[in-house]
Amino acid sequence: MTIRFLLNGREVACESAPDRRAVDLLREEFGLTGVKEGCGGGECGACAVLVDGSARLSCLMLAAQLAGRSVVTVEGLGTAEAPHPLQTAFAEHGAVQCGYCAPGMLMAAADLLARDPSPDREAIAGAVSGTLCRCGGYGKIVEAVERAAEAMRPGPVRKALRKKRGGA
Amino acid sequence: MPQEFSQIDRRHPRNDALPKALGLERFAADHYPEGLLWAGARRAGIPHARIRTVDVSAAAALPGVVRVLTRADVAGSNLQGIVHKDQPVLAGDKVRHCGDAVALVLAVDRETLARALSLVRLDLEPLPGVFDPAQALKKGAPLVHEGRRGGNVLVRASIRTGRGAAVLRECPVVVRGTFSTPMQAHAFIETENGTARLLPDGTLEMTVSTQAPFRDRFEIAQALGLDPMRIRVVAPYLGGGFGGKDGATVQCLLALAALHAGGRPVKMWWEREESMLAGYKRHAARLTYALGADRDGTLRALSCRIVMDSGAYAHLGGEVMALGMESAGGPYRIPHADIRGLCVYTNNPVAGAFRGFGAAQTAFAAERMMDRLAEKLGMDPLELRLRNALRRGDRNAAGVTMTASTGMAACLEALRAHPAYAAREAWKRAAPPHARRGAGVAAACIGVGYGRGLPDAATARIELTETGTFRIFNAVPDMGQGNASAFALIAAEALGQSPASFELVQPDTACCLPSGSSSAGRTTYTYGNALVRACGALRDRLLVRGAMALLADDTADLTLAPGAVRHVKSGRAVPLALLARMMILEDRTATAEFVMPVTPDATGGKGFVIGFPHLLFAYAAVLALSEVDELTGAVRVRRFVSATDGGRVLNPQGFEQQVAGALIQGMGWALSEDVLTREGRILNPDLSTYLVPTAADAPEVDCLAVDSVEETGPFGMKGIGEVNLNAALPSIGAAVQDACGARLDAAPLTPEKVLGARPRRARRTP
Repeated sequence: MTIRFLLNGREVACESAPDRRAVDLLREEFGLTGVKEGCGGGECGACAVLVDGSARLSCLMLAAQLAGRSVVTVEGLGTAEAPHPLQTAFAEHGAVQCGYCAPGMLMAAADLLARDPSPDREAIAGAVSGTLCRCGGYGKIVEAVERAAEAMRPGPVRKALRKKRGGA
Repeated sequence: MPQEFSQIDRRHPRNDALPKALGLERFAADHYPEGLLWAGARRAGIPHARIRTVDVSAAAALPGVVRVLTRADVAGSNLQGIVHKDQPVLAGDKVRHCGDAVALVLAVDRETLARALSLVRLDLEPLPGVFDPAQALKKGAPLVHEGRRGGNVLVRASIRTGRGAAVLRECPVVVRGTFSTPMQAHAFIETENGTARLLPDGTLEMTVSTQAPFRDRFEIAQALGLDPMRIRVVAPYLGGGFGGKDGATVQCLLALAALHAGGRPVKMWWEREESMLAGYKRHAARLTYALGADRDGTLRALSCRIVMDSGAYAHLGGEVMALGMESAGGPYRIPHADIRGLCVYTNNPVAGAFRGFGAAQTAFAAERMMDRLAEKLGMDPLELRLRNALRRGDRNAAGVTMTASTGMAACLEALRAHPAYAAREAWKRAAPPHARRGAGVAAACIGVGYGRGLPDAATARIELTETGTFRIFNAVPDMGQGNASAFALIAAEALGQSPASFELVQPDTACCLPSGSSSAGRTTYTYGNALVRACGALRDRLLVRGAMALLADDTADLTLAPGAVRHVKSGRAVPLALLARMMILEDRTATAEFVMPVTPDATGGKGFVIGFPHLLFAYAAVLALSEVDELTGAVRVRRFVSATDGGRVLNPQGFEQQVAGALIQGMGWALSEDVLTREGRILNPDLSTYLVPTAADAPEVDCLAVDSVEETGPFGMKGIGEVNLNAALPSIGAAVQDACGARLDAAPLTPEKVLGARPRRARRTP
């Protein structure tokens, strides 16, 4: 069947068996190998992508389930020229070791920050606890998400400006 | 050696961090060459059996199947193994564990591959098996490898120092114990995989998630009857390794598949359950200890018996045991010791290298014995350790003299001075309802490098590129520990350049030079030392070429400045970009070797092949603050404080990553990780039943580095990757005992065991 969906902001269409796993479609047809696979059974979280803004495990989804949705992979979160604040924070604060879990972690974190722009450490740890990091880098991952959340929140100057404009 | 550094000991983001966070870094698993075939192995599924027939006809007849291969298709020795070659690529006459591969299928896609694998008909005659070392050592026990001298004993080794265990009788205080530690799975998130292709000129090109690309060539060549120099192995960044990708995983199967693929590329990628079934594990161990001391706590004598389960094949069993025996007495002075080790074949999953490498197992026993001794003597556990801590010039229980940097006492002192240590009693008293809190201390050490019997060598290559930047040909895979980025820092420091001016080529046997495996805490030390030398040679050459360009008659007047060679007095400079254009590639390239020094010590060790003794050791002291749930027995580590002597810290961020990571991996082994088997069959083969720590389990970790300089290391570093893992289990064990009185000598410390082991009086809530 022909599957049409929005992939990293671009309309795409491809021929695929409807029961093909979404992770295979993204990696093999679209070359988006930033979507990692670690278990194929929904246990490690490495294959997470944003589907209509929510983190979903692409190893548990079928190609047909992507039809008509908006899908964002780690490649669509930010680019080398303009990384997403989460990607910048992961790199700067040491949240990447072997880095194989990083895309899944980033998706879980992006999902969290969209719902809660000021999560505390416990909320962050809970939100990324479905993604396994075998390097044990959880402390720095949580710290990086905290730093990214700070960077993404309007600072006092921006807040004040917004207030002024709003009030005028 | 310069004391003022511009790059070293400063916090730097890793070179690979942003590309990985952007999803752009391509791991081995991310390669899908055009027109690829999928290869997969049919596994035995039975722990011990004679192979009657392997009928591949139905599988081969399936449309989309390209080839089905069996033992008969292997031209070489068919044997894999790093030191002892005893593991067949494809089993021919018998299978020795459930994960043995008996047939190899090549198919056009994964669905066809899976169907074809299920169509391979195995006629296996089950044999009685041996599923623990005690059973395997019994007279008349079934033999895992028939006709082998030594029967089921892979290695029997002993170390005797001083007057041996006889001195225990003279000791006023003796403590005894028997400990066991479980099999642990590496559970890297990127499972074993690779791609391979036979080129028209006969070269076999492979991209593999491997810790040892140079050794792989020889292992593949010998097993399959090929010319090692016609094999090219590329090792991109690994999605985790921890020892489990040291030695052949997919390599030989993949190469065999490529030889029969008609020139098409082949991809093999083990699924999670296959990784659990066929991948290597940490050796399960049983340790029987007796430790004797004087009344003032001075250690005098040690006796220990270590039995390790190697599973069906040798892998590095003897070497793992050697390292464990070397550290059997912990980081302490013990003048008299009798240490004996047995590494035994069984029909269990294959054990191999795993971060901590034997020393993790012995650290549990040695440290819990120290706690028992402290208890008996009424001494503070940290003070007892400090009293006996190895200092430079001392000999450890295995008779190895510490001639290099020895910061064990400094680590313990740093831990003692940490505010969390002083505040531990107050922290314990503040336990929430239905919880008990405890604090535990452990000290650990581990040998750095291969040890005696095998040169621990590396050859670095660096070039000035045509555009005036630098390119480092890293030859030791980066499995996540960050050695590649450390090399950029080392070179930046050595050449006085900005770290941004270095690009890294990852290991490729076609253009990098043999530098050994990514293992043994040796990666940054050995290659880093070679790189410092190569940088020195390159700098000297650039000064000579710069002198020509600047018409300077004495290179002593020149300096290598960032991006240029400069004449100091006149300030005239020639940019490296310009200089590079005047030099051919050979002239712009420098290579240099380094071989790790070895200890001259001749100790009383017998039965070791390689890997004993060591010259360099890393040390750590760890405080674990743990909470035990009184209702469920569940243990949570709330905080680790670690003080490490790994030599000088090159990059504090990388140091913290390695220290915290090792502690959390060790915590998993202490609390939940246990590869459960029944008659050789794994009962928890996936990540929903084999539980590794998550973000919700992770404690706060304080990572202290003691002031230490290893004179032989690159800018004074030694190695930090492994040692903290060894301290996790014993420190948690001590904390649990402190919290609720449960003394558990069999890891992991599961809730059931903790509840069952609490003394009666502690079972009441106060």
